[in-house]
Order: sequence, then structure tokens, then C-alpha cells
Amino acid sequence: MAAHLIYNIEETVAVILFGIGFTMLLLHQNLIKKIMGMNIMDTAVYLFLASKGYIKGRMVPIVVDGITDVSAYINPVPSGLVLTGIVVSVSTTALMLALTIRLYERYHSLDLDEILMRAKKEEKS
Amino acid sequence: MSRRKDNYENSRWLKFKRWVDGETDTLTAERMESAAPEEKIGSGKIRKEAAEAGGKETTEENTDSKAVEMPAVSLSEKRPGDFEPAFRGGRGIRMYNRFYQIMSILLCLSIIFVLLWTIAYLPIFGNAGNPDNNEVSARYIEQGLKETGAVNIVTGMILDYRAFDTFGESCVLFIASCCVLVLLRIDSDSQDERTKKRLEESNDRLFEPKNDIILQKCACVLVPVILVFGIYIVLNGHLSPGGGFSGGAVLGSGLILYLNAFGFEKTEKLFHERIYRRITVCALTFYCLAKSYSFFTGANHLESGIPLGTPGAILSSGLILPLNICVGLVVACTMYAFYTLFRKGGM
Amino acid sequence: MTLVRNFPFFSIIIAMFSGIISSILTGKQAKNVSLGAILITTAMSGAVLSYCLGTGQSYTYMMGHFPAPWGNEIRAGVLEGLTALLFCIVMFLAVIGGMRHTFEDVEGSKTNLFFIMIDLMLSSLLALIYTNDLFTAYVFVEINTIAGCGLIMIRQKGRSFTAAIRYMIMSQLGSGLFLIGLTLLYDVTGHLLMSPAKEAVAVIEAAGSYEIPMLVILAVISVGLAIKSGLYPFHSWIPDTYGYATPTASAILSGLVSKGYIFLLIKIFYRVLGRENVIASRIVNVLFVFGLAGMIMGSVHAILEKDTRRMIAYSSVAQIGYIYMGIGLGTQAGMVAAIFHMFTHSATKALLFISAVGLYEVSGERKDYRSLRGAGYRNPLAGVGFTVGALSMVGFPMLSGFISKLLFATTALQSPHKMMPTLIGLAVSTVLNAVYFLRLVITLYTRSGETGSEIRSAGPDRKENGAAICCFVLLNLFLGLMSQPVVQAIADGLAMFD
Repeated sequence: MAAHLIYNIEETVAVILFGIGFTMLLLHQNLIKKIMGMNIMDTAVYLFLASKGYIKGRMVPIVVDGITDVSAYINPVPSGLVLTGIVVSVSTTALMLALTIRLYERYHSLDLDEILMRAKKEEKS
Repeated sequence: MSRRKDNYENSRWLKFKRWVDGETDTLTAERMESAAPEEKIGSGKIRKEAAEAGGKETTEENTDSKAVEMPAVSLSEKRPGDFEPAFRGGRGIRMYNRFYQIMSILLCLSIIFVLLWTIAYLPIFGNAGNPDNNEVSARYIEQGLKETGAVNIVTGMILDYRAFDTFGESCVLFIASCCVLVLLRIDSDSQDERTKKRLEESNDRLFEPKNDIILQKCACVLVPVILVFGIYIVLNGHLSPGGGFSGGAVLGSGLILYLNAFGFEKTEKLFHERIYRRITVCALTFYCLAKSYSFFTGANHLESGIPLGTPGAILSSGLILPLNICVGLVVACTMYAFYTLFRKGGM
Repeated sequence: MTLVRNFPFFSIIIAMFSGIISSILTGKQAKNVSLGAILITTAMSGAVLSYCLGTGQSYTYMMGHFPAPWGNEIRAGVLEGLTALLFCIVMFLAVIGGMRHTFEDVEGSKTNLFFIMIDLMLSSLLALIYTNDLFTAYVFVEINTIAGCGLIMIRQKGRSFTAAIRYMIMSQLGSGLFLIGLTLLYDVTGHLLMSPAKEAVAVIEAAGSYEIPMLVILAVISVGLAIKSGLYPFHSWIPDTYGYATPTASAILSGLVSKGYIFLLIKIFYRVLGRENVIASRIVNVLFVFGLAGMIMGSVHAILEKDTRRMIAYSSVAQIGYIYMGIGLGTQAGMVAAIFHMFTHSATKALLFISAVGLYEVSGERKDYRSLRGAGYRNPLAGVGFTVGALSMVGFPMLSGFISKLLFATTALQSPHKMMPTLIGLAVSTVLNAVYFLRLVITLYTRSGETGSEIRSAGPDRKENGAAICCFVLLNLFLGLMSQPVVQAIADGLAMFD
């Protein structure tokens, strides 16, 4: 098992990063750190995907000199998926940051617990 | 065990006793209780699910998971905010915080462990015989040039074979920019007091023009180069690495640099919200119509009649070039819009 | 190829296109475009349904010039058509019913953005229903999430921001898990389209390789989608989001968005991972247990709640629990019951939110349910609507909720191990449901002395709300009285999934 993990070092690293990002997004109280966690999590998945497309000793999938042989190029599918995924993650990051700005303007805090408490207090008063 | 303690600490009797002792007033105590961020309750469960998924994990792991779950519930309810001086700095709280941190690390480690355990059974990295290197990627590589006309196989794949995904992805960007508009755009015509305050706070045009000579001279040199490079990336998306998204991001950053060097007044002469909206709508409409035509003809087995041209020439590969231009425009505008909205709430 | 076969694709594209166009329109125009788009998609979904019922077969539709393992595909069958039709109708009625509040809650210059969210939400729901490709599903799940977040926070009040951020965080957790599940699945199968992926999964299962990765994939995808649809332990975002969004948004989020994810989950179970594999793994049991827990705990929370809309939101937690319990039974009949309950819940929960709006209007817009005392007399139509919805949730005969509970109970009898827990859960949950819903209904029809000042003059505005409530009540009665063809269609549609 350990040997396999070292062969698959890219995936191993990606999975560790995924765990870290996931935990940060779930359990960290600071909104900015939550967003960072989300980005780490997404990026880890992209690293994982990108490493899935790689094949030893082959070129990037851009046709050179008209060679269209399968054995010349790496798998193009994961690259395309990563491209799509990156845009999605940019969009969600922008949205979360914008929300954070509005929350900070209103409650002067980045701590989610505290924001929730203040929101409740504000509603009651 | 911890559950029972938890129940006790939430009980009305204890609250009453605290109130009598003058430690807290009932209102804040109630708030404390109700404001407990419930999402943490999920954390233990996810882990448990993951353990279930693992199925044959050792019992030691499982008992561990229960230990994660329960304290996570109780301590999440006890975490103090700064507004609660009665509880701040208590030894119990510090212990809870410590405990919370340890538990989150344990959760993290257990997720990593389950996934690593999965990885250990996955195909080996970089091996040509892996399941994902199958007939799908083979056709993209072998026939891609002939069928899409794109030298860059990835571009051919995302804008022709799997174009629906990419269209969805542009829509993600579009709707995200709409959401950011909702959140951050400040409409000067609305007379709301709060809005006015936000407008004043965020209006940093008072400090403009900054006239930083170094920045302006550098921008004079750099901005044209960046823009030309961005346009090159967009136009050559089907021939070389790049395409609408990367090129659009470069274009957007060029615009942002220009804006920072010369201020809003000059930039607004060539780019403002109406133009942004028109460009986005036109580009997305064209994208939508062109792809609908292509999907429709494809599904009904009609000839689309769009020439593919000679592979390698700039005017080739059918719809891919115009689509790349559309995507590039949308991305450039959206990046710029994000920046201005974050900075001053409007364009 | 007949024109009808294009309709699933047309309806997705029309919804999207109307969203794109709406960004340069004014609020009123955007509203008309949006309503028009929903009506057209409703008609198209109906046509797809009748076509599929007529031919008795499902079909796939190439999105582009390339067939299955290479190009994107969508797929339509009886179940897809039926779900799309119901979703479109509920969407239309929800938009109509909360229209006045929409224009009040949303800043004037941003109304068109609200309708953009509605349009894109519709298109993403349709895409989730029709898709035959896993990565397309992921992209549209994200559109759905962002549009949902937009619908919540467009009200621009303090609590709706906190609700939006919590919704966003939980959704991102779910998306992250879903995405890594897809990635792992792609890694072991090499396919992203559902049909080839299923073949590859069958080969893998037969060979016995990748046993553990398959289990983890199943778990991760289920948990991801369960978080997004608000299954019990992950429900923390539900009360806030449903309680503080604008009424239309609450109705859409509770009635449709979470159902879209559940539908996707069922589709993945059937069309990718294979039903037998899902049952053989113990994931269904986990879903069953959490479903049961949700049924009871959701109702308990609802009883403790004072705010009417949060009460309805907690009831959603319980109903989602029912659906997952049905899935967890692991039989075909259980799945049918779950899908029928999904329909029931869409229709009923939207009805409850929309008629609650009508009741609030005549009670001074206060949140506490006790302020609704006597509101049933002041706005009789909304009172009747709310009563029908509440009775349906409790499981009153002739209404849709009764049929779904009946289906759950009869299904449970077939599976010996899960029979007792299911029946006990149903009984307890029904009693708890009755406690808080009947409390609300009784409050509505209790005369109070000092109502005079709170009565709002019945303006022409209330017509839209009233019409929507009437249609919802009819929909509920239809699902309750004519359940046989619907159940039959669901069973046929599920048979087409294999």
C-alpha cells in the first residue's frame, strides 16, 4: 500500500490537500479561511484530475507535424475537465468573497459564529 | 457521556442558576444556545459515513469516529463570541477550543485516510494502460483534427465534442457575475440611507487621479503588450495552448492595470456598464445561437454546413474560433466587472 | 426524427437564453420573458411526456455531431418528462404566487437579475433532469447552487446574507465531495457519459477489481448530494435559507432545488452505479437510517419553532427524510414511493410557502405563528390553501400526502428487516406532523379580538397569489385523487432507467 502511494505521489498529495481544504471549509470559523479552504479543495481535485491524464513520455495534446497517433499524446479529457472546473471555482470564489464583503460591512466581523450571533441580536432588537 | 453533560449545560435549571448567580442574563444565554452553528453536527456524521463506506475499517477507527461526533456537537455550542464577556477567557472555554482543534485535525486526518486508502487501489500514475486512456481519448486524438479542425485537441474537445459542458460553464460565469452585481452594485438612485453610506464608504474616486508617474509609464508600455498578447491567445486557441478563458483573463488583467494607472474617469470613456452588458449579452447570445444550431443539426443528423478549413490556419476549425472570441470577451468583461464591483460597487 | 425529440434540448436552451437576454431588460420585461419561458418549457415537457408515454421508450439526444462515448448527450423518458413537467408547473406557480413580494423585496434596479436567477435555475433543473453525462451534471449542479444562493441573498437583508453564506458553504462541501466522486469514477471507468460508464462499472463489478474505490465513490457521491439536498444531519442551512428568502425563492428552493439533487442521485444510482451494486453496498441502509432520523428530528424541531416559515422549513427536513427513507428501502417500490413523495412534497411545500405569504400579508408581516390568529378569516383563500397543504403533509385522505404515506407503508411491508422501523417512523412522524400543522391550522381559524388594525385592504395584487394557491390546491388534489396513472408512469420511467 505504501509503495503504491509513493508511485501515485500526485494523487496522494492531491488527496491530502483535499482533506485539508474540506476540513477548513467545514470547521474554520473565519470566512476568508473558509474560502481559502474551498479553493484548496477545488485545486486539489484539479491536481488529481490533471495527474490522471498524464502518461509517461508523451506530449501535450496539441498536434505537431500532423502526427495523430494515440501513442504520441497524453489523455486530453482531464485537461478539458480541469479547464471547466477552474472557471466554476473562480465563479464561486467571487460570489463567496462578495458575500463576505457584505457581511463584513454589516457586522464588522469575519467570524461566522459571531456574525450569526450578531444577526440574531439585530433581528431581536 | 459528553452528550449527557451537554444536555445538562443546556438545561433550563442551569441557565436559571447562572442567572441567579449573576453570571449571565437569560437573553444572551438563550441566544448562545440557539445560535450554535449546527453545521458542525454534520462533521462527525460525514466522517462516520466515510467510515461506513470504508466498511472494513478497524473497530478502533469506529469508536474514534463516535468520539469525534459527540464532543464536536457539544463544544460547538460553547464556543464564545467576543461579545460575551462573561464567558471569555474561562478555562473551560480554552479547553473546549483546544479540544475543538484536536477534533478538527482528527476529522481531517480521517478523511485523508479514507481517500488515501482508496488511492492505494487506483490505477498507477502515468500508465498508458489505465482505464481512462480508452477509446474516448483515442478518438479525440486520432480523429480530432479531422472532425473539429482544431490543432489543439483540448480546445477541440471542450468546444466541439463536449460543447454543452462548456456552454454551461460560461453560464456559471455569467450567473456568478449577476450575483456579484446584486451584492455589490450600488445604485445611486435608490435613496436608502444604508445604501448612501455604502456609496460614500466605497467611493475611492476622491483620491483620484493618483498620477503615479512610474505606474503610468509602466502601464503605457505594458498595457498594449498585455492586450495584444491576450488577443493572440484568444485567436490562437485552436492552434496553440490557450483559448477563450485564458486569453480573456489576460485581457481582463490588462484592463484592470489600465484602470489602476489612469483612474476611473479615463477608463469610463472607453468602458462602462452599458458596454459591459452589451458585450456580454451579444457574446453569450451568439454562443447560444451558434451552439444551438450545431446541436440541432448534429442531433437531427443534418449537415451543419460550417467549413472546417485547413487545420493549422488561423481561419479554420469552424465554430471554434468565433466561440473562443465570444468566451474571451465574456471572461475579460467579467474579470473587469468583478474588479470594479469589489473596489467601488459599480462600473 | 420527430420534432418532439428536440424538446428537452429546446427547453434547456430557451430557459438559458431568456436568462441571458434578461440582463439587458427592465424588471417588468424580464418578468414577462421569464414567465413566457416557463410556460413554453411546461408545454414542451408535457409534449415530451406524452411522446414517451406513447412510444413507451426513452431516447437519447446527441448534443452535437458525435455519438455516445464522445459527445455530450441528454436523455428523455417518461420519468424525466413527468418530473420536468411538474417542476415547470411548480416553478410557474411559485413565481406567480410570490410576485408582489418579489417586487417589494428586491431593489428596483435589480429585479431583472432576480429573473435571471429564476431562468437559469429552471434551465439547470431541467438539465439535471435530462442529463446523461456526469460532468454536465456537475456543471449544472454548480449553476443551480449559485442561482440558489442568488435567490436567497437577493432580498438584501441581514439574515438573508447569513443564510446565503451558510447555504453556500454547505453546498460547496457537497459539490466538492460530488466532484471528487466523479473524478474517482472517471479514473476507474474512463467514461463520463452515463451509459458507457454503467457498462464499465458492470465490467468492474464482474471482475471484482476496484472494490474499495467503488464503495468510496458511492459513499462520496451519496453524501455530497445528500448534503446539498439537506438530509437530516446536514440540514443546518435549511431553516435559515427557507425562512429568510423572498417567498418565491423559499418555495422554489424547498420545492424544487433539493429535489433536483435527489433526482440526480437516483439517476446516478440507476444509470451509472447500478441498482444492485447500490443495494449490495450498505449505503442504502445508511440513507435509510438518516432518513428515519430526519423524519423524526425534523418534526421535533418544527414543533419547537415559533416562526411559521422556519416551522415549514423544518418540516421540509422531515419530508426530505421521508424521501431518503424510501430510497433506503432498497426496493423498486420504495423508489417509486420516494419519487412520488418527491412530487408530493414539491407541490405541497410550495403551496405552504405561497399561502403563508397570503396569510402574512393580512397579519402585519410578523414572524411569530401566533400573530396569524384569525388570518384564515381575513384571507380565506390563503387559509384554505394552507389548510390543504397542512392536511396533505399530515396525510389526510384524498390529498397527495396520504398516497405517498400509503405507498411507503405498503412498500415497507415487503422488506422484512426494515418493516418495523419504517412503520414506527411513519407513525411517529405523522403524529408529530399533526401536532405542529394542526396547531397552525387551528391558530388560523381562531378568532381574535383585536384584528381590526392589521387587516390589509384586499387589493388587486392578491389575485395572482390567490390564483397560484388555487392551482396548487388543484395540483394537490390531482396527485391525491388520480395517483394511479402517476404512480404507474413513475414505475414505467424507473423501468426505463435500467
